Amino acid sequence: MNEAAVIPQTTPWVLPSRGVVGMACLIIAESAIFTIFVVAYLYYLGKDITGPTPRQVLDLPIFTSICLLSSSLSVHLAVSALHNAKRGLCSLWLAVTVLLGSIFLGGTAHEWYKLIVHDGLTLQTNLFGTTFYSLVGLHATHVLVGLIMLSLALIFSLNGSMTSKHTGRLEVLSLYWHFVDAVWVVVFTVVYVLGR
Amino acid sequence: MATHTSAPAPSTTYTPPRRLVLDVLHDWVTTVDHKKLGLMYIGYALIFLVIAGFQALLMRVQLSIPNNTFVSPQTFNSLFTMHGTTMVFFVGMPILFGFGNYLVPLMIGARDMAFPRLNAFSFWISAFGGFLLYFSYFGASGLYGAGNAPDVGWFAYAPLTARVFSPGHSTDYWTLAILLSGISSIGTALNIVATTLCMRCPGMKLSRMPLLVWLYLVTSSLVFVTISPLTAAQIMLMLDRYAGSHFFDTQAGGSAVLWMHFFWIFGHPEVYILVLPAFAFANEIIPVFSRKAIFGYPAMVAASVGIGFISLSVWAHHMFTVGLGPGANTFFVLATMVISVPTGIKLFNWLATLWGGKIHFTASMMFAIGFLFQFLIAGLTGIMLSVAPFDWQLGSSYFVVAHFHYVLVGAILFMIFSAFYYWYPKMSGRMLSERLGKWHFWIFLIGFHLTFDFMHVPGLLGMPRRIYTYEADRGWMIWNMIVSSGAVFQAAGTLLFVYNMVWSYFKGPIAGPDPWDAWTLEWSTPSPPPEYNFAVIPTVDSRRPLWDIKHPDDPDSRYE
Repeated sequence: MNEAAVIPQTTPWVLPSRGVVGMACLIIAESAIFTIFVVAYLYYLGKDITGPTPRQVLDLPIFTSICLLSSSLSVHLAVSALHNAKRGLCSLWLAVTVLLGSIFLGGTAHEWYKLIVHDGLTLQTNLFGTTFYSLVGLHATHVLVGLIMLSLALIFSLNGSMTSKHTGRLEVLSLYWHFVDAVWVVVFTVVYVLGR
Repeated sequence: MATHTSAPAPSTTYTPPRRLVLDVLHDWVTTVDHKKLGLMYIGYALIFLVIAGFQALLMRVQLSIPNNTFVSPQTFNSLFTMHGTTMVFFVGMPILFGFGNYLVPLMIGARDMAFPRLNAFSFWISAFGGFLLYFSYFGASGLYGAGNAPDVGWFAYAPLTARVFSPGHSTDYWTLAILLSGISSIGTALNIVATTLCMRCPGMKLSRMPLLVWLYLVTSSLVFVTISPLTAAQIMLMLDRYAGSHFFDTQAGGSAVLWMHFFWIFGHPEVYILVLPAFAFANEIIPVFSRKAIFGYPAMVAASVGIGFISLSVWAHHMFTVGLGPGANTFFVLATMVISVPTGIKLFNWLATLWGGKIHFTASMMFAIGFLFQFLIAGLTGIMLSVAPFDWQLGSSYFVVAHFHYVLVGAILFMIFSAFYYWYPKMSGRMLSERLGKWHFWIFLIGFHLTFDFMHVPGLLGMPRRIYTYEADRGWMIWNMIVSSGAVFQAAGTLLFVYNMVWSYFKGPIAGPDPWDAWTLEWSTPSPPPEYNFAVIPTVDSRRPLWDIKHPDDPDSRYE
């Protein structure tokens, strides 16, 4: 219907990957959401009318943090293994990532159990409880979403339906996971270092 | 060098057999086509425009004479809340995203958006949000039998939204509706950015993109950093209301001012999210009807990006009356004044485009010219209000209401009408009636100026906004009467417009692919465009690909 004389292009027409651009946009939007929660945390820091305060009840979650941060490396290794068509290796690194992420979530669960049962700190106790659970909980929700998607990727990798031509997609997922880890660096600094 | 855009195709005479209603409905509900989704956005925004406009009429009836009891005070509160919320979230956003959805892929020579299914998801989430907001009229009583539609104002200041002061579920419906609308906006904005960056046809460099696409890119980028804070604040408000947290609970040391900050970090850039698409329409329509290329394309792009950045640093001019201290006040006064510089650049560029042009006064162009004048006045009252001491005097008065309606109606709505007259032929295949269009323009123009010019006066005389009624001895009555009478003209104009759209859909003259002799790629497709948009993906060599086709002896690419 449309007539178009196609001339040979001298330079190839290359555009960025829409998956990467889309994930970058999502990351910007999510960063803004986290920023607001971090601002609320810092704004209310030390303004509690009743206890407990962060200094009294919070411990540094060093081990679980190391687990989460190193999972960034393992997911990267999974992507490059897939890129090199080494599916077994990719499954292995994905499994490691899921395991490390699960350890982190377990650590958060353990911490919250201690805070709620032993220290009596809930969302309703004071401003610290309100901002702490919402900020850390928002991050933990993102970890959970990431874990679900990584587990799906692991299943697809194990049953062989994910091949090296899907590298781009796994890379997009890995971007999300790197973002979740980077947010944890901020949350860790704000809540456990500056906040105590 | 010749251009290789697809030439206008002849309109097809093939008429498909009549289809069953259920088939057609199934088609629209399950569609992921950007054009159909765009039309659905526009359609549902128009429905909400009529509803929220009717609410405005009810309020004007109530305020037209002193000591009136046309509606109850409770109803009045929910009227202005629903009017504001609906107009911003379920008229402004969807209608602009609707045009964006429809036009962006066509203008960059793409066959669809980058993520068609996400596009459908965003639309249905947004539609569900609007439905939820209005369902509050039936569902908000809840188990307590208290409350009706939301009545906390469109910016829902704390602590009015706390459970104690807003029992029942009306505020919950408001929060959920805004949350859903926010998720939908982020999804659509993501889609528009990805489409613009990743789906351009060969030769469509960023420096050759139509200015409309550029402005949608800036608007969408703004959405990420402004709608997200609102979404975060809504999550906090929901936690406060459902889970008993204390974000905005002053009894437990929480801060009501923090909500104001969070809201206006969204709220002010939101004005720019709404007005940038209006600028986008002007950037396409004014050159075509001046028969000249846009003046100062790079300056226009730079000014738009500049507006995007500066708009992020002006929010607290909504909060001068809170008492921010001299440092913060000075900063926000200056930032607010600075934003008038890039805006001024745009205005002068449009004037320079008109200058020496062969201006065609179509209905579309008349609305665009109305926009230029009215946006200037809206900007000038904006500069007045940006001066903190002036704002202390007139903050939360009808002067402010008049100012922002000058932006929202005088600029944005006028440009939306202009866009309808311009792109309706592309979307429907038929022309809108020019005669009715000019009636629409003059009636609406008179109504607009009666309402919003005179609304400044009771504001200067001290009439606060959101009041239910007033005493007869205040000297506000005559002004309110004039304002209310203008609203009748506006309603009549809008009804004429709706009638024009319906009539023209069946009886309007056939438009053909390019009724305005325009220059951007959407006019190279048949009207309405087929589902795949372009049979062959076009290649472009300049900012005005269709000009190059029509004038192969003097293509634009020579001068860029």
